[in-house]
Amino acid sequence: MRLKILIRLKSQILEPQGKTIEQSLVNLGFKDLTNIRQGKLIELDVPDNLETEEKNKLIESACKKLLVNEIIEEYEVLG
Amino acid sequence: MTFKSAVITFPGSNCDRDAVTYLEDLTAGPVYKIWHEESTLPNVDLVILPGGFSFGDYLRSGAMASKSQIIKDVVKHAESGKYLMGICNGFQILTEIGLLQGALLQNNGLKFLGKNCFIKKRNTNTFNKSIDDGKILEIPVAHNEGNFYCNEDTLKDLLDNE
Repeated sequence: MRLKILIRLKSQILEPQGKTIEQSLVNLGFKDLTNIRQGKLIELDVPDNLETEEKNKLIESACKKLLVNEIIEEYEVLG
Repeated sequence: MTFKSAVITFPGSNCDRDAVTYLEDLTAGPVYKIWHEESTLPNVDLVILPGGFSFGDYLRSGAMASKSQIIKDVVKHAESGKYLMGICNGFQILTEIGLLQGALLQNNGLKFLGKNCFIKKRNTNTFNKSIDDGKILEIPVAHNEGNFYCNEDTLKDLLDNE
């Protein structure tokens, strides 16, 4: 099963890439597109035979051990 | 008693050879060059994690290096109270390991900062004891993720510990 994990900086942390993208979009005339923040998307395969709970544990463990730095980031499994 | 040291190299490290050369010049003891895939660290007084772009800064700066084989022994070394120094990306690796608090974010304004900083010591420790009080040092910095971040409790800890 293919899963997507969305990782973003916590909302209280300034995300300079999003700010810069927003400025470029404003320059192109997209004045109504605001509060832009850029994150990361990780796609991966998990074995189909895993129960939902095992699958969740596996993903949570990988996120906490490597994929996400919880001091600055938060994540969401998009399914 | 001879002073023994080790410098750890990751794929993408730089200035690791500079660190080795300095240590060879400044200390009488052996300087071990350690590849990150090695599983044991020799018994040394000081370990240096050098700067650079370990693992291409993929995922987050220092994230992959912090999970390298050799890091278990680096943590044991630190926990035994011996000296450990992280320079630049080495500092980022130490925060990713969790040996140092906080994390480093991309610089505000997306600028890669390469410039000289002027610093003065505010307390005396093993690494700076030979520097005269009040002396201003001109130290170069070069980084894209040098924006230190931590929560308020951690900040208070750090300031109280100064």
